Amino acid sequence: MISLGHYLVLGAILFAIGVMGIFLNRKNVITLLMAIELILLAVNLNFVAFSQHLDSLAGQVFVFFILTVAAAEAAVGLAILVLFFRNRRSIDVDDINYLKG
Amino acid sequence: MTFGTPEMLAVLPELVVMGMALGLLVLDLYLRPDQRGITFALAVATLAVAAVLAAVLVPGEARTLLNGQFLHDRLGAVLKVFLLGGTALALIYGRRPLQRLAMYRGELFILMLLASAGMMLMASAGTLLMAYLGLELMSLSLYTMIAMDRDSIPATEGAVKYFLLGSLASGILLYGLSLVFGASGSLALDEIAAHAARAGVSDPLLVLGGVFVAIGLAFKLGAVPFHMWIPDVYHGSPSPVTVVLASTSKLAAFALLMRLLVGGLGPMAEQWQVIAGALAVLSLVVGNVVAIAQTAIKRMLAYSAIAHVGFLLIGLASAPTSGYMAPVLYMLLYTLMGAAAFGIVSMLDRDEAPARTIDDFAGLSRTHPWTAFLMLILMFALAGVPPTGGFMAKLYVFQAAVEADLVWLAVFGVLMAVIGAFYYLRVVKAMYFDPPERTLGPVGDRVAQGAVSVNALAVLGLGILPGPLVELSLFAVAGI
Repeated sequence: MISLGHYLVLGAILFAIGVMGIFLNRKNVITLLMAIELILLAVNLNFVAFSQHLDSLAGQVFVFFILTVAAAEAAVGLAILVLFFRNRRSIDVDDINYLKG
Repeated sequence: MTFGTPEMLAVLPELVVMGMALGLLVLDLYLRPDQRGITFALAVATLAVAAVLAAVLVPGEARTLLNGQFLHDRLGAVLKVFLLGGTALALIYGRRPLQRLAMYRGELFILMLLASAGMMLMASAGTLLMAYLGLELMSLSLYTMIAMDRDSIPATEGAVKYFLLGSLASGILLYGLSLVFGASGSLALDEIAAHAARAGVSDPLLVLGGVFVAIGLAFKLGAVPFHMWIPDVYHGSPSPVTVVLASTSKLAAFALLMRLLVGGLGPMAEQWQVIAGALAVLSLVVGNVVAIAQTAIKRMLAYSAIAHVGFLLIGLASAPTSGYMAPVLYMLLYTLMGAAAFGIVSMLDRDEAPARTIDDFAGLSRTHPWTAFLMLILMFALAGVPPTGGFMAKLYVFQAAVEADLVWLAVFGVLMAVIGAFYYLRVVKAMYFDPPERTLGPVGDRVAQGAVSVNALAVLGLGILPGPLVELSLFAVAGI
C-alpha cells in the first residue's frame, strides 16, 4: 500500500534533485530550466498527495494553476534565453559572467 | 456562490488596473509611434485612479471576500496606495530614459500595469493560491520588462539571472506552501493561522513548510544569504525598471511576507523571529561592508538595499512583541527613498552610456545644483542622518528592538548604520567637492523633475514631521 509518506518522500527527492541541479550544474542554462520545472513538479506531487489524503479538492485546483503558471514561466524563460543567446552567442552557465563585483 | 456589488466594489482598484491593461493592449495597436504618449498618460492615470480608489475604499474592519480569496483590510489598502503610487512615479521618472533606451513602447506600460496588479493581489491575498498567483504575475512581468532592452548584454544577462533565481525562489516558496497546506488542510490564511495556533511547533510538517516559506520570502526580499541576485539584477536592468525593482517590488515582497508569515503563520512568530534576527545580522554586515567596495552607483545602491532589508528585519524580529508599526513605516519610507534615488540615477543616464560610476557624479552640484541637492537629501536619508525620513524610520525600528528586549540587535544596527554612512557620503563628496569631469545627460522632463523633487522633499519632510506617516502605519496595522 502506497501511503502519503511515500509520496512526500518522492516529492522531497525530486525537489532536492531540482535544487541541486540549479546549484551544481555548470553546463548550460536549459538544464537549469529543467531543474526549475522539476521543483514545480515536486510541489505538484505534494499538493495532489495531500489533496487525496485530506479529501479536499483545493490542492488539485492549486496544481492546475501551478501547471498553467509553469507553462507561462517556461515561455518567458526561453524567450529571455533566446535574447541572451543572440547577444552572447552562448548559453553556457560560465558565460553568464558580464555582471560581477 | 454569489458575487454581490459590495464584493466587486472592494476589488475595484484591481479591476481598474487589469481592465485598463487589457484595454491599452488593444488601444496601443491603433496608435502611431509618435502617439505613444497617449498610452503612457493613460497608464499613469490608471495607476493614479486605482491608488485613489484604494484609498477611498478603505474598509472599517477586515473582511474576506470572493470565497475567502481576497482579504480586504487596512494594511492592504495602505500598501496598495504606496505600490500604485510608487509604480506611477517610476513611470513618470522613466519617460525620457525609456525613450533613450528605445523602450518607450506600449508593451512596457502594459507590463507595468500587470506587475502592479500582481503586487495588489499579493497585498490582499486571502489564500495561498492568490498569494502565489499575485507573486507570479508580478515576477513574470518584471522579467519581461528587464529583457525588453534587447540588444544590451547587461540587461539580458540581468534578466536571465533574475529569472533563474526568481523561479527558484518561487519554487522554494511553493514547496513550503504545499507543506503548509498539507499540515493545515486548507489554503485559506485564516484557517492556517487557526491551525498554527492549535498545533504550533508540535506539527513537523507545518514547521518545515514555514522554514521553506521563510527562505522563499528571504529570496524575494533579498536578505543575505539569499541576496546574490540583487546587485547583478539591479545593475544590469535598464534604470527605469530598476526603480520598480528597488521600490515597489520590494514593498510587494514585504506585503507577501506580512500575509504569509504574520497573517498565516503568525502564531509561530516566536520561531520565525529567530530566523528574521539571524538574517538581519547577516544582511547588515554583507550589505554595508560590500557596498563600500563598489564603484558603480547602481551596484552600491543595490548593496544598500540589502542593508536596508537588514534594518527591516530588525523591525520584524521585534515586531511580535512591540508591534508591526515600525517595519511597515520602514518599508513605506524605503519605498519613497528607493524610488527617488534610483529615479535620479535613471534620469542622469547620459546618452551614450548610463551613469555607471560614483565618479560620474563628480561636480554635479555645479552642473545640476537642484538635482544634486535632491540626491544629497536622499543619500542622507538612506544613511539615516537626521532630520530626514530615513532617520525616523531607523529610530522607530531600533526603538522597537529595544522594547522587544533585543538591545544587542539595536546596538548592532546602529553600528552598521555608521559604517553605511561612509559610502553614502562618498556620493555627496563626489557631488559637492570634486571638480566636474564629465557632463551628465539632460535631467528628464519637467514633470519628472517636479515629481522627483516632491518625492525627495517628502522624504525630508517626513523626517521633520513624521506624524502623518506614523499615524498611517499605526492605522494600517491596527487590525493585526
